[in-house]
Amino acid sequence: MTPDFRIPLGDWVEVGLDWLTTSLEGFFALIRSILVGAYDGLEWLLAAPPYWAVIVVFAAIAWWASGWKLGVGTIVGFAVIVGVDQWSNAMDSLALVIIATVVAVAISVPLGIWAASSLRVSAIVRPIMDFMQTMPAMVYLIPALVMFRVGVVPGIVATIIFSMAPGVRLTELGIRGVDKEVVEAGHAFGSSPGRILRQIQLPLARPTIMAGVNQVIMLSLSMVVIAGMVGAGGLGGDVVASLSRIDAGLGFEAGIAVVILAIFLDRVTASFGKSKTRSSTKAA
Amino acid sequence: MSEATHNASHQESTTQDGTEAENALSVRNVYKVFGKRPAEVIKRLKSGKKRAELTALGTAAVIDASFDVKKGEIFVVMGLSGSGKSTLIRTLNGLWAPTQGSVVVGGTDISAISDKELRKVRQEKISMVFQHFALLPHRTVLENAAYALEIQGVAKAERTARAEKVLSMVGLGGWGEKYPSELSGGMQQRVGLARALCAETDILLMDEAFSALDPLIRREMQEQLVVLQAELGKTIVFITHDLNEAMFLGDRIAVMRDGEIVQIGTPDEILTNPANDYVAQFVQDVDRTRVLTAGVVMEPPLAVVTISGGPRNALRTMRDLQVSAAFVVDRRRKYQGIVRDRDVMAQVEKRATDLAAVVRNGIEPVSPETALNDLFGRAVESPIPLPVVDDDGRLVGALPRVTLLAALGNVPSTTGEFPVVEVAVAPIPEQMVTAALAQYEGVAK
Ligand SMILES: Nc1ncnc2c1ncn2[C@@H]1O[C@H](COP(=O)(O)OP(=O)(O)O)[C@@H](O)[C@H]1O
Ligand SMILES: [Mg+2]
Repeated sequence: MTPDFRIPLGDWVEVGLDWLTTSLEGFFALIRSILVGAYDGLEWLLAAPPYWAVIVVFAAIAWWASGWKLGVGTIVGFAVIVGVDQWSNAMDSLALVIIATVVAVAISVPLGIWAASSLRVSAIVRPIMDFMQTMPAMVYLIPALVMFRVGVVPGIVATIIFSMAPGVRLTELGIRGVDKEVVEAGHAFGSSPGRILRQIQLPLARPTIMAGVNQVIMLSLSMVVIAGMVGAGGLGGDVVASLSRIDAGLGFEAGIAVVILAIFLDRVTASFGKSKTRSSTKAA
Repeated sequence: MSEATHNASHQESTTQDGTEAENALSVRNVYKVFGKRPAEVIKRLKSGKKRAELTALGTAAVIDASFDVKKGEIFVVMGLSGSGKSTLIRTLNGLWAPTQGSVVVGGTDISAISDKELRKVRQEKISMVFQHFALLPHRTVLENAAYALEIQGVAKAERTARAEKVLSMVGLGGWGEKYPSELSGGMQQRVGLARALCAETDILLMDEAFSALDPLIRREMQEQLVVLQAELGKTIVFITHDLNEAMFLGDRIAVMRDGEIVQIGTPDEILTNPANDYVAQFVQDVDRTRVLTAGVVMEPPLAVVTISGGPRNALRTMRDLQVSAAFVVDRRRKYQGIVRDRDVMAQVEKRATDLAAVVRNGIEPVSPETALNDLFGRAVESPIPLPVVDDDGRLVGALPRVTLLAALGNVPSTTGEFPVVEVAVAPIPEQMVTAALAQYEGVAK
């Protein structure tokens, strides 16, 4: 039974989208070419060298960030990816995740800083972020497709939108959580607000902000599979393909590669968040 | 000991600066209201409404505060938690802008200047020490101490040298490379103090700076602050909820209650002459012996005889006052010692005219600035009231044991007509003295 009234929300969205795509066509084209360029460059950097060279670099990063255990784990994990023949897909997905994360962090951290500085901004930003994160991720794909056409770009854009929220929220939380008296001390000695942000608020909020970045990365990775549906390729492409072919083996191989990437990225970024505070408490 | 010296040096410096009539800080009718409708709250407060009736409109944290802080004085703001002390002190360096009223820092009205100028004032004129130290945990002790200089744009080599100097001044020489979390609370607050001193501002704001420290460390810091203050001549606004601390540090004290300043006065004034029941109740618990000095509680010395008056006059005075001993002064009222009635009577009986021969010097006189705390031991040992003697050696008062005890409890400490008596030894019976005098007088005729 159809109800007596119908809110034409879908129509409105479509009209709005039409208007956006036509009037801002140049803008979208620009974004598209920037993202494509960045993605291609990064993808080449990861995929062109022999896989063992890239694995050595990753292991070195893991060892430096956390310790030898993670270094060894990294070698083993990526060797498995190579072993199940997902190396090039994994590098494609990694490139997508890195680009999406960089953009999401570049937007969400300043937004979080802004929200921390004003209750009014916070009151506006917060529900928008909640909305963006709770909306089913696939919904973003459609307008992204319309605006950026099939390929890796709508995947990146949808990933950015979906993964931004924790970056904003934890940045705001971290900055608001900085000891009020310490910030006051900055003011009391005549420091400017920008300087207080750089020298006091950001360094002290760092662990929380890094936890946000970590979550952004994890959410981006979870979008990788979904991005495969709009032709972003990578591991997501294989998962989508395995789904349509009911190929459990292929699906599992791609899936395990996602898990390994996730563990690697999580541990490395998590120890970035801790490293400074740990060294200062150890010195302390 | 330090109490005495700092009180004395302050009285001098305030009178000097007083004549120059320059205040380090001037606060005029300052209101600070938090909440939805600050202006309305102030309007209603002015029309006689109480703060408690207006909570729906906003919290009046500071109500109509006016005071001056003189150069070089320690001005203490005291009050219970929530009385508005922190809010008030934060209007002094513009961390809070007053809702109404003006704050003048070293001649600059800080409510009328731009943010940039305000930062300049904070860099050059007024610095702050915080209750929970507020050090930058990710920086070393040295970097923390040098923070103000860094903001002022002082070159690294110079600010390191200056910070090191100030750190050793507060007793932290050699700790520069540590991180704050490696230090005890007392040491962390020394860093906080060093950071503020390093800025070399004339004014220092201290918001419950010692409240988070345990009592022993706290006492040590109080004493050190007094010494530093005497050395550097800073103007200090010190916030505390601890009356003993207020009384110990303050040249003047402002007592706050529910956002209002209910009394401003010297520690002695607050203690001996509380403006209302609230202050009276507050000061009931104070350790008076640390605050009150000999000069405040001493009695006028009644049993005083002069050397030149001779034994006969001395004996007569002692008989009239029914005392067994008296203070001896010279013609300029300089303290010479004491005489006992039996010695004087012996002189009279010997027909000697020299009183100096029987003057005893066993009792060391005390200065008016000595805290009562330091006098109990001596008062207990001495059967005779302690003579109080000013810097020029003149006898200005006497401290009988009973007065010391009265000052301890909150009973009126001025006993009025209280002659100096030797408690342990009863005076020679009056008739005997009269007889001796009569004998002498007969001979003289
Ligand atoms: N930022 C603020 N917002 C709202 N109310 C405040 C704020 N700061 C202080 N108050 C209120 O003002 C009153 C005085 O607080 P405060 O100055 O901190 O007192 P004290 O330092 O004497 O304990 C309290 O009732 C407190 O709740
Ligand atoms: Mg306070």
